[in-house]
Amino acid sequence: MAQDFTPTEMMTIAAARALSNDDVCFVGIGAPSAACNVARLTHAPDITLIYESGTIGTKPDVLPLSIGDGELSDTALFTVSVPEMFRYWLQGGRITTGFLGGAQIDRFANLNTTVVGPYDAPKVRLPGGGGAPEISSNCGQIFITMALTNRGFVDHLDFITSMGHGEGGDHRARLGMKTRGPTRVITDLCIFEPDPVTKELTVVSIHRGVTRGQIEENCGWPVRFAKEIVETPIPTATELSVLRDINARTKRAHEAA
Amino acid sequence: MAKICTLAEAIGDNVRDGDTLAMEGFTHLIPYAAGHEIIRQGRKDLFLVRMTPDLIYDQLIGVGAARGMKFSWGGNPGVGSLHRFRDAVENQWPRPLEIEEHSHAAMANAYEAGAANLPFAVLRGYIGADLAKVNPNIRSVTCPFTGEVLAAVPAIRPDVSIIHAQRADRQGNVLIEGISGVQKEAVLAATRSIVTVEEIVDELNPPSPNAVVLPRWAISAVVHVPGGAFPSYAHGYYPRSNAFYIAWDKIARDRDSFTAWIRENVLAGKPEDFARHAVRRAANAA
Repeated sequence: MAQDFTPTEMMTIAAARALSNDDVCFVGIGAPSAACNVARLTHAPDITLIYESGTIGTKPDVLPLSIGDGELSDTALFTVSVPEMFRYWLQGGRITTGFLGGAQIDRFANLNTTVVGPYDAPKVRLPGGGGAPEISSNCGQIFITMALTNRGFVDHLDFITSMGHGEGGDHRARLGMKTRGPTRVITDLCIFEPDPVTKELTVVSIHRGVTRGQIEENCGWPVRFAKEIVETPIPTATELSVLRDINARTKRAHEAA
Repeated sequence: MAKICTLAEAIGDNVRDGDTLAMEGFTHLIPYAAGHEIIRQGRKDLFLVRMTPDLIYDQLIGVGAARGMKFSWGGNPGVGSLHRFRDAVENQWPRPLEIEEHSHAAMANAYEAGAANLPFAVLRGYIGADLAKVNPNIRSVTCPFTGEVLAAVPAIRPDVSIIHAQRADRQGNVLIEGISGVQKEAVLAATRSIVTVEEIVDELNPPSPNAVVLPRWAISAVVHVPGGAFPSYAHGYYPRSNAFYIAWDKIARDRDSFTAWIRENVLAGKPEDFARHAVRRAANAA
């Protein structure tokens, strides 16, 4: 039975569905963290979630505000130091999937979270890359989730914080990367996947009630649509209630003194 | 050999103007009380090192204590910007801030190289990333065995590192539990080090033979500062005050409200003020 849901809820649930029970997933904070935990609480109960603070196999009851909330360590299978996290587990090639968000993305799924404007005299100084540059190159594949807006989906990035498909085509392979890079970008209006050859992001699925015109208006480059496009299945009642419950628990926890 | 002393003595003895200073703790165990004491003692021209500058360096930058900073993620986690950091970079207020920016992987490797007394760290990193173009300290090295070109960054060797931990014994041996971040590496990479702790106990009683312990002979000073990680947290003692991290956004957004907050809570404060956070929070958590 169809229910009312918001575009953000659709985005989080579509992102959650990208994950499977067998994934070992390096989780970014914010939207990726919500999606990964909805996956764990619905169709992927055995998924391994890893946060860069060193918490491995964590099962938070409320979404962490930071990447190192106590909740993550309390519910983890084990917790390692940050050098071990990045050296053995990430660089060691043990992570199947990295789940990232970003401030800005281009048509080849390169991400910018560093600066808007020149690096030496930025108009806006953003937080920076954190773990993203090496998550991007060392995880088996990358999922990205962020709302589709003109400010976020831009024709040209001032700074490439983490490389997706670079200039497109076989750019990753030419730089020696053996991993797949971004394979799916989940937004609040649609889902993109890179073209198999050019690697340009292409709309493959559109959420219910969204028009092509809306997607084009909110994207900073001329949007490519796949030949065959499906409608994203709407959230099930279970998915919605799991997401709303965890968001409500999280809000209560974060607002407590 | 660790000297057990007051926070004022520890900072006075070990932190000097112009020092390269690392205050670590990955979200967990951030040594806020020590940061406030550095501000009260008026240290200046510090070169700050920290993976996630967090509120602690937003405060040091905002009062003008820093000439530069080496870091890898400069936001208020889950909330947004560090406004004092942004104001320094975008508007040079209250003074210009030289930045040396890395990725987390590079910083973690660089601390480990420092602890291992090596001149640089090597990692498979920065591939296709623009940071390598703007930071001359990101270079490359060719593997002498395979020919693979890898990223190289200088080891981090702070003049002084400061961390917070759960407890120390009366000799000054220190125990860390939970998310241990890069604290062990930061202390072992530094010339001098200070550890503030929640408790000083007769017996350390590590929960397992593999617990993270820093022996007294690897530390310069140990200080009893209960609650000293607030609004960060101490696993087993009190939780992170996510509400304070959210509130900081408004406090730090404006220069005047930031300066007023520092005057009331830091300059007019003392290390003992932090104890109320430990007591109150522990009671709530129970």
